[in-house]
Amino acid sequence: MPSLPDSLARIRDDFLELEQQDRLLLLLEFANDLPELPDRFRDHPDLLERVEECQAPVFIFVEVDDDDTVQMFATAPREAPTTRGFASILVQGLSGLSASEVLAVPDDFPQTIGLSAAVSPLRLRGMTGLLGRAKRQVTAKQAA
Amino acid sequence: MTIEADPSPTLAGFAHPERLVTTEWLASKLGTPGLVVVESDEDVLLYETGHIPGAVKIDWHTDLNDPVERDYIDGAAFAGLLGSRGISRDSTVVIYGDKNNWWAAYALWVFTLFGHADVRLLDGGRAKWEAEGREYTTERTEAVRVDYPVVERDDSGIRAFKDDVLAHLGKPLIDVRSPEEFSGERTTAPAYPEEGALRAGHIPTAANVPWGKAAAEDGTFRPVAELDALYRDGAGLSPDDEVIAYCRIGERSSHTWFVLTHLLGFENVRNYDGSWTEWGSAVRVPIATGSEPGKLPARR
Repeated sequence: MPSLPDSLARIRDDFLELEQQDRLLLLLEFANDLPELPDRFRDHPDLLERVEECQAPVFIFVEVDDDDTVQMFATAPREAPTTRGFASILVQGLSGLSASEVLAVPDDFPQTIGLSAAVSPLRLRGMTGLLGRAKRQVTAKQAA
Repeated sequence: MTIEADPSPTLAGFAHPERLVTTEWLASKLGTPGLVVVESDEDVLLYETGHIPGAVKIDWHTDLNDPVERDYIDGAAFAGLLGSRGISRDSTVVIYGDKNNWWAAYALWVFTLFGHADVRLLDGGRAKWEAEGREYTTERTEAVRVDYPVVERDDSGIRAFKDDVLAHLGKPLIDVRSPEEFSGERTTAPAYPEEGALRAGHIPTAANVPWGKAAAEDGTFRPVAELDALYRDGAGLSPDDEVIAYCRIGERSSHTWFVLTHLLGFENVRNYDGSWTEWGSAVRVPIATGSEPGKLPARR
């Protein structure tokens, strides 16, 4: 049974504590808190992977450093706050974990944080795509 | 208590100019009793980032679609929804949204299924309001609940089902998806996620006029002469034709339905909301591939 890291469990619990309408506002806070890309990516957009599962143009990059710690970066336009929110949840929840912890995150995490009714299952698929691509990048970089 | 139409000369050329309002007009009318402004977007959070003061939000997915069946909500749910947003049966409703009013037009089409009489689009949508630096607020609008009557949805006039399309073959069809979806290279719009259609291509004989061509750079609708060039000269349609428009799930084609019906004055246009996600997965329906409309298939 894959276990949910504390960082993601906290995010999930924060959402589940709220009423539906307030869950949207928390998602908006995440959207507003998505960190800017470091300069090295802004100058090299080719390093970023486009997440096709999302309706808005969102790009991610995942690093695994020498001590096996994962850092995730993402960028999405201001006019796509839902997608920015999804990316921000994963950037905040996955960064700092070990590679094996990231790979053990349950694939259905997006469906467990109480957003299905507020956002719709169809839109949540975008977050599932983001998580899947982040994990794939971790796997690829571990092998490298 | 209907509010008079926007007399702006930029709208005067359209067949039904009362179905559009300009940003100037709306800015001057905000707060008028009987007017309700509705935002309807692709992105479910965009309203929360800032919206026109007093506007309420209606989401195509979480509000207008039935949560279980692939259908729109029924009369009771529609009455509950509109009442909760402070909309009465005689309210003037102005809808605006992102992406050239893509989802706003979809909401307008659903309002029309329920026969809401006075529903208009803000020409240019969110993008134009924003580009003009007009006021936005993040304050949640607390609508006062009103009574909206339970009116059963009437699908007969402007909605087409798969069997209607089969019976319609030979009359004008308009496919408003991207050229890549039309030809069969892909089943979803470029840059959009794959969403379940088993086969790719288009309904034979359909003309391809991507929906977005009806919008100018600033998001407003193109003037009548340019729309005529697209739909009459380009796609060979004439106003007395019976036309069915479709896309992938019926949202882009409701935008085209709006253009043909309200801007060009066609009287017999239906939107096939099952669209490609139904047709492209249905058993034994004819499909054409390539960039040409293709031949009328023999009846089976």
